[in-house]
Amino acid sequence: MYRYDEFDREFVTSRVAQFRDQVERRVSGELSEDNFKPIRLQNGVYLQLHAYMLRVAIPYGTLNSRQMRMLAHIARTYDRDYGHFTTRQNIQFNWPKLTDIPDILEDLASVEMHAIQTSGNCIRNVTADHFAGASSDEIADPRPYAEILRQWSSNHPEFAFLPRKFKIAVIGAPHDRAAMQFHDIGLEMRRNAAGNLGVAVYIGGGLGRTPMVGKLVNDFVAEEDLLSYVEAILRVYNMNGRRDNKYKARIKILVHETGLDELKQSIDAEFERIRDGVLKLPDADVRSIEAYFAAPKFELLSDRSSLLEAAKADDKSFTRWVDRNVSAHKQSGYGIVTVALKSTGEAPGDASASQMDVLARLGEQYSFDELRISHEQNVILPHVRLDDLKAVYDDLVANGMAAPNAGLITDIIACPGLDYCALATARSIPVAQEIGERFADLDRQNEIGDLKLKISGCINACGHHHVGHIGILGVDRRGEELYQVTLGGSGDEHAAIGEIVGRGFSKDEISGAVETIVDTYLAKRLADDESFLDAYRRIGAAPFKEALYGPVAA
Amino acid sequence: MSYLYKDGAFQSDKWLTIDGDQPVPEGEDVIVSLTLFEEHQHALLTRNSGRLGVHLEAAEQLDAIVPHLDKFDVVSLDFPTFADGRAFSKARWLRDQHGYAGEVRAVGDVRIDQVSHMKRCGIDALLVTHQQTIDSLTDIKDPGLQLYYQPSAIDGETKAGGRAWARRA
Amino acid sequence: MSILKNPVVFTANRLRDGESVWLGASGVWVEDINAARVLRNETERDASQALADQADADNIVVEPYAIDVSAQDGVVAPLKFREQIRAAGPTVRLDLGKQAQTHASRAA
Ligand code: SF4
Repeated sequence: MYRYDEFDREFVTSRVAQFRDQVERRVSGELSEDNFKPIRLQNGVYLQLHAYMLRVAIPYGTLNSRQMRMLAHIARTYDRDYGHFTTRQNIQFNWPKLTDIPDILEDLASVEMHAIQTSGNCIRNVTADHFAGASSDEIADPRPYAEILRQWSSNHPEFAFLPRKFKIAVIGAPHDRAAMQFHDIGLEMRRNAAGNLGVAVYIGGGLGRTPMVGKLVNDFVAEEDLLSYVEAILRVYNMNGRRDNKYKARIKILVHETGLDELKQSIDAEFERIRDGVLKLPDADVRSIEAYFAAPKFELLSDRSSLLEAAKADDKSFTRWVDRNVSAHKQSGYGIVTVALKSTGEAPGDASASQMDVLARLGEQYSFDELRISHEQNVILPHVRLDDLKAVYDDLVANGMAAPNAGLITDIIACPGLDYCALATARSIPVAQEIGERFADLDRQNEIGDLKLKISGCINACGHHHVGHIGILGVDRRGEELYQVTLGGSGDEHAAIGEIVGRGFSKDEISGAVETIVDTYLAKRLADDESFLDAYRRIGAAPFKEALYGPVAA
Repeated sequence: MSYLYKDGAFQSDKWLTIDGDQPVPEGEDVIVSLTLFEEHQHALLTRNSGRLGVHLEAAEQLDAIVPHLDKFDVVSLDFPTFADGRAFSKARWLRDQHGYAGEVRAVGDVRIDQVSHMKRCGIDALLVTHQQTIDSLTDIKDPGLQLYYQPSAIDGETKAGGRAWARRA
Repeated sequence: MSILKNPVVFTANRLRDGESVWLGASGVWVEDINAARVLRNETERDASQALADQADADNIVVEPYAIDVSAQDGVVAPLKFREQIRAAGPTVRLDLGKQAQTHASRAA
């Protein structure tokens, strides 16, 4: 993975010193909250219901064991012994003191981490496929491009005060595991006819108040033009994006109101103007960034592990976990392990300091010192020998992290919601917990099969409810929590926005409503292997509506 | 009261800002609004004496002034609030696209915490009202970073670190 | 001096550590909502508003605002659910936030 050089180190440490000075000026009263707020946001510091919240960037979700241990250390030393992994592959600490944050940032800098641009109207932490460099279906590892974009966007002098936040995701495989089409810019790595690497560029995707699927604006931008093209998009957006209404300020609205063709013309004109300028990427520089992400020294192993087969033979729970939580690796004899932070009763994405330490140890011992955070709020051990799976599993069992539910109905995405978030209109976590308990029976979960359930505590949609096969949005109706259900959303390469099924449900009703939906699916599916989403696409919303609200008069 | 900061020091502002429909005095260096410029373009461009500058509000585009850039000694860009970053892009455009060599000044909510970004985008003069910003500039206390991952088209920049895009300001 | 429809208290987060706090009887910001100064008429509210604004200007708290409460027998309860959660702590972590005290003593 990427390692800082002197320049990066100096950059991050001077940024910490800068923020330390700004915090001091705030506390002394020299900076008012009005002036401080945009500054603290650009350093990942929010003020939430109970306390400040610090969001730390985990660039494209990749970290090493030393970094994971530092996160544990921060949770223990400055916070309440836990952290929350988010849908943007970041981690949030819920209780830091403002006056401790410069120290936290200094600790983070010592392991090459930071909180820069995890908030504010700037280019946010660049995300990528969490299976990058490991999955069997990959064209190329997206992380070198993500890293180049991370650097280019860091403290960008021109784009620090955009109309609104700006999110970029990069994928390198045809199967989209990063919800790429729901980003302001989505990049999909491709090879052109000549075999050269580049990206297809999508713009204007996003969730929130006005969910939209990103639109293809260019089907091949050559690697050397990556930064020029992205900069051209940002410049057009910075000058033309709406600033009169924050709900209409994202680039998706600019795309919608201007029209893709016209906007494409402006982008292309700007691109042509700058493409042969200073942003052109020299091949040697790209290759040297790429070298940081070179595959680890895999052993040459057979794709069948007799150790694994033997262990599976006499442990049904283990088999179940392997079936759900281990994915195909490009290297034979290896697997990708998903550690689901979704045990029954837990808050999705939360991990205690000691669990983080365990994960760090497992990464070190079994996965070439590498860990990933997925946007589905799970932790990934990307390169585990099949021979070692049983040992990893046993360790996870002992530490309460062996939920065998990756991709199942209880592998729920949930934002912090009204339990923590100042913007929330309803709680998310207790809804996730109730649904988790209702469907706790593993046989039943497996019978239901692949089902993505996603919950947001307000229209900002941090819990990605629009792209849940079942999405739940918590709203406030006259002081009561009310939950709206959407069906049929999808964040993968067949991107779709879920449709609202009908009137909302109270907190007491919502998990029952989910059960009704699931039962309807089970009754209507053609075969065991017709997934919820496939069945929904075939039969539409009507049967679900009828099951939830009774027959509709014709 | 606002003060002009340029070339590392506060200095007296020789430029007269013409608001609205005020008459343009002969012989004076004036900065006019875009509306005024568009209405009296000919008269302004053919004045016998006195230099000319133009002021753009945040929502006003560069297009109208681009054909006449060589006539302007100052382009003044409005920062209506700390959070409105449009003028950063305009400054970059003036410098990079049009090779504009005159003064680009930032006017409005100019704050010390943005000064390094402004400089980096090619702004070389600040009209400052905010007292703490005045104090910091007087003490030469710029909290901005000197390291950038964004190369600019400004001549004479040298690479920093081992990459094509890293720069030391 | 008109009576308010609901009694109110002032709340904010403390600047230095972000703790949610309420404006207390003696004009000090307190961590327990039950120790908050309950305001029942406009005159009282306006006086507290001035104190709250001053604390904001003095950089003691951030963006104070008034919330509707019910107040009986020394128990101050916000009417809005959001404010109830602020006054207690996360409903999913009874060991955290203000409620942790009561939770711990109950568990003991
Ligand atoms: S979706 Fe709303 S409630 Fe949930 S974290 Fe985002 S802003 Fe907060």
